[in-house]
Amino acid sequence: MFRYIVRRLLQMVLAFFGTTLIVYALMFAGQGDPIQALAGERPVSEAQRAYLTEKFHLDQTGVGGFFYRYFDYVGNLLRGDLGDSLTGREIGDMLAQAWPVTVKLAIIGLLVAIVVGVTAGVIAGLRRGGIFDNATLALTLLVLGIPTIVLAPLAQYFLGVKLPLFPPTAGSDPSIYALLLPGIVLGSLSLATALRLTRTSVAENLRSDYVRTAKAKGLPVRRIVSVHVLRNSLIPVITFLGVELGNLMSGAIITEGVFNIPGVGFNLFRGIKTEDGPLVVGLVSVLVVVYLVSNLVVDVLYAVLDPRIRYE
Amino acid sequence: MQVRRLAAWTALPLAATLGLVACGGGGDSGESDPNATVSIQIAEPQHLIPTNTNESSGNQVLSALFTPLVDYDEQNKPFEVAAESVNSTDNVTWTIKLKDGYTFHNGEKVTADSYINAWNYGAYAPNGQGNSYFFEKIAGYEDLQSEDPDGDGPQKAPEPKATTMSGLKKVDDLTFTVTLAKPYTEFKTVLGYTAFYPLPAAAFSAPGVIKDGFEDAPIGNGPFKMKGTWQHDAKVEVERYDAYPGEKPKVAGAEFRIYQQLTAAYADVLSDNLDVDVTVPTENLSTAATDLGDRFKQSPASSFQFVAFPTFEEEFSKPDVRKAVSMAIDRDEISKSIFKGSQISARSFVSPVVAGYRDDTCGEACEFNPGKAKELYQAAGGPSELKITYNGDGGHKDWVDATCNQLKANLGVECVGVAEPKFSDLLTKVDNKQPVGLIRLGWLMDYPSMENYLGPLYTTNGSSNYYGYSNPEFDRLVQEGTTAATADEAVKKYQQAEDILAAEMPVIPLRFGQNVYAHSTRVKNVEVDLFQVVDMTKIEVVS
Repeated sequence: MFRYIVRRLLQMVLAFFGTTLIVYALMFAGQGDPIQALAGERPVSEAQRAYLTEKFHLDQTGVGGFFYRYFDYVGNLLRGDLGDSLTGREIGDMLAQAWPVTVKLAIIGLLVAIVVGVTAGVIAGLRRGGIFDNATLALTLLVLGIPTIVLAPLAQYFLGVKLPLFPPTAGSDPSIYALLLPGIVLGSLSLATALRLTRTSVAENLRSDYVRTAKAKGLPVRRIVSVHVLRNSLIPVITFLGVELGNLMSGAIITEGVFNIPGVGFNLFRGIKTEDGPLVVGLVSVLVVVYLVSNLVVDVLYAVLDPRIRYE
Repeated sequence: MQVRRLAAWTALPLAATLGLVACGGGGDSGESDPNATVSIQIAEPQHLIPTNTNESSGNQVLSALFTPLVDYDEQNKPFEVAAESVNSTDNVTWTIKLKDGYTFHNGEKVTADSYINAWNYGAYAPNGQGNSYFFEKIAGYEDLQSEDPDGDGPQKAPEPKATTMSGLKKVDDLTFTVTLAKPYTEFKTVLGYTAFYPLPAAAFSAPGVIKDGFEDAPIGNGPFKMKGTWQHDAKVEVERYDAYPGEKPKVAGAEFRIYQQLTAAYADVLSDNLDVDVTVPTENLSTAATDLGDRFKQSPASSFQFVAFPTFEEEFSKPDVRKAVSMAIDRDEISKSIFKGSQISARSFVSPVVAGYRDDTCGEACEFNPGKAKELYQAAGGPSELKITYNGDGGHKDWVDATCNQLKANLGVECVGVAEPKFSDLLTKVDNKQPVGLIRLGWLMDYPSMENYLGPLYTTNGSSNYYGYSNPEFDRLVQEGTTAATADEAVKKYQQAEDILAAEMPVIPLRFGQNVYAHSTRVKNVEVDLFQVVDMTKIEVVS
């Protein structure tokens, strides 16, 4: 197990540099004129152009320029310096401010998905074909069909403005209560998928041999469901939720915008819009780490859930 | 749908009545509470150094923290605020006397040096300040610039010859003179712009170097001082500065709350979570009057929307072709159906907010006349295919497509709207003289003067003349206007210049902008000025 984890960690280093290289190359290739993009539709003065060009090595163009800037970036990264964004702020600071609120939001989303999704999924799986099962299936279909860009403003309008149960926006330093509505909106998509996964896998496992054996032994239903069925049914759900954590972190772009939460998603959106290469790569690097770690955790969790899975 | 429409119809007269009652009563009811604070929507400012701030969010914060030398009255003519007097006998040497009693928020006295140092910092090219070009009329500005010897690196530009402009001279603590390189009649008007705010000695760590972190808590000479520091992406808080000698604000402080999306701010103002929403998003315009009643407001803005012809291209070289295209556009229809009256049709080349504006200078060429347009277009041999290139990130698709449809129907030509991802992509294509067809452009003024429209947009080397229009006669008239003896004479020259534009139609004026803003039930006397900035001395909280 230990050796497995070390090997995975070493792979992660490679994956990390690979992805940053690709993202950096993509940003570089798609870059028009970042200085003009920053200024919007205003003319940029010669003096300002010269200043920014020099500061961000934008005078280095072509393939040579790409590697020059990439290695400059990686060199700084290894020294723990994420560099400055094109707006002149330190990316490290921006991350430190944006990160906590996005993590809170993602955790709320994930909790909603786990608590509501998995519980409802188990109930639906146990009573397959019943009213609850059909109702949740129809409901999740609806949620899966509505994109966040529609769901978020609707939730804000009806639950924030018309029926003021929640504050319509969360702001920069929000309470858990203010984050609840955006968290639910964010988690609703994973909730629907998690519910459907759990339901199918519970329903399937209920018919398996070991459940029949357990029933024949005369074990109480509660124990059969909670220990035998659930443990085996959760493997696909855990896989899904592990990957989803990364999605929740980055996929908050729309939700964070609608509810005015200055987190990672918004900064990423702004970075792409203003062709702010250093900022985008900085944020993506951290997201890559989140993905890698959550995948590792998922893989390790398999062994805990199913003792037959062993790692060298 | 039925119910909602009914609600709209019943609410409209109700809202109108309420509005009338409010006007008849001579203002809003209720006492004002001087100890309350207000919240105002902004976007994340790019900078909070006066010489580097040129967007409305940064301007909004700075307008609370700083007091300008001059401000603009109802007719948009300048009057002294922090200045005691601004005088010149020859329009070259301007003597600026400061009012006594102004202090910075750290207690430092505002002196002539506060202005001279700040302006020199702004003009010095290596500081890369966005508003640096505002100082180019001052003598000695050239010595603070330097050119990269080989254009774009790798060699660095040499250090400029000087670090201070020779045109700025201190006379005594409260007086200084500004000598311009050439006479400029409206220099006093320009002084109202953000770039001309003073900076305290505390802003500098060494002469000409701004202290690290000053931008996060700027110290100004205005009615409000910073409360804490600029919380990026979240808010900037200010509180009343008690030693302020000018007109005292009627609130104790303000929170400039940073929003990423306009719709979020609108939702907040609807539920009284936010006091002033400076920009109501376009998608909410159709329901805003119903949602908010008389809390939904409009005021004139300086923005000017137009499409330009690359005049250097053969197919657009004839003025008759350009006039015909203009006559085939039904401006009123587009303003009404797409902008819901939030923008008004334009038939002049400068905005109605500047002194010297005349209605309909464009004359017949801006009147909607499809029959004559087609005739003229065919007689002049206009191209059989037109396209309008716009930047796709600015929400222009709807009206560009509508305009194209009108051209199709009224001129009998093919027309498509072509979106470029960003404005910079559009500019690159125009710079390379690629055939982009008509170009969508817009303009916001820096200071209220006809010159600020005519100069940058239509003179041969104008900073935003992307479409290569050039007419020596026009250049000469604008130049004569800037050096005329009095402001009235200047306006006359500008108007003559504008008449040339009407005859040649290098661009088609389409619409003038309006501020569309909303406020909560907590506040009154909310006014948004030409620069999209809330007047911080007028706003009051209803108690």
